[in-house]
Amino acid sequence: MSQSYDRGTVESFGRWLEFKPGMWAWILHKLTGWILVGYLFTHIAVLSTATGVDPAAAAAGNDIYTTTLQSLEELLIVRFLEIGLLTVAVFHILNGIRLLFVDLGLGLDRQDVSFYVSLIMTALITLASLPTFLGGVL
Amino acid sequence: MAEHYSSFEHKGWRWFVQRITAVFLVGVLAFHFITLHFVNHAAEISFAGTEARMGQIGYFSLMVTFLITGAFHGVNGVYNGLVNMGLKGTQKKIVAAILTIATLLLIAQGLRVAVAMSGMF
Repeated sequence: MSQSYDRGTVESFGRWLEFKPGMWAWILHKLTGWILVGYLFTHIAVLSTATGVDPAAAAAGNDIYTTTLQSLEELLIVRFLEIGLLTVAVFHILNGIRLLFVDLGLGLDRQDVSFYVSLIMTALITLASLPTFLGGVL
Repeated sequence: MAEHYSSFEHKGWRWFVQRITAVFLVGVLAFHFITLHFVNHAAEISFAGTEARMGQIGYFSLMVTFLITGAFHGVNGVYNGLVNMGLKGTQKKIVAAILTIATLLLIAQGLRVAVAMSGMF
């Protein structure tokens, strides 16, 4: 049966040495969630350049949407931000799957191990993606 | 035995919809990343290519559903995080109203963008 659980306030950073894996998973899921929802608003703002595209310019490939996105992709900092976004998204997905199992009451005794697996898989996927994300700028 | 706990008040509709949207988003967010970074490289994206993808009704529907579920899941998660940190009373109502308006504006603008990209309407 579900029970409430008093975690105290996250702002009490002095407690971090006492945190167990489940607490870190909870904090990282919150943090990555905040980043993703913040990015969603930014993403729609950038993609809004698609609403002002001139068909003739689009046919020539120099419309505002294409030039905006391609100009952003030429910046090295944007590529690194994309890698960060991938890392955040992959962790949120993998830990989200872990949480779905926890919510179903499955694997509760191994929830710390599944958190570590989420972290390791996130690191491996991020490393494997580096060549794709940095292609053309390095 | 580990205790079962959650930031959400159980039995609420928002708790349930947060889980349902999570299941959908796990697959679609991964698909979105793979499609627009690994299959089609972000640096090579053009309006013509975007229009070709969004002009397919299946892809268009998936992206619109992605927008709506992602906006709900994200903002609902933020709201529950704030409630979990002690937000209550009038402040809770004001934050709920602001987040609801922000979500509706995000979805409205996202739909405008999707329609512009699709060239279907």
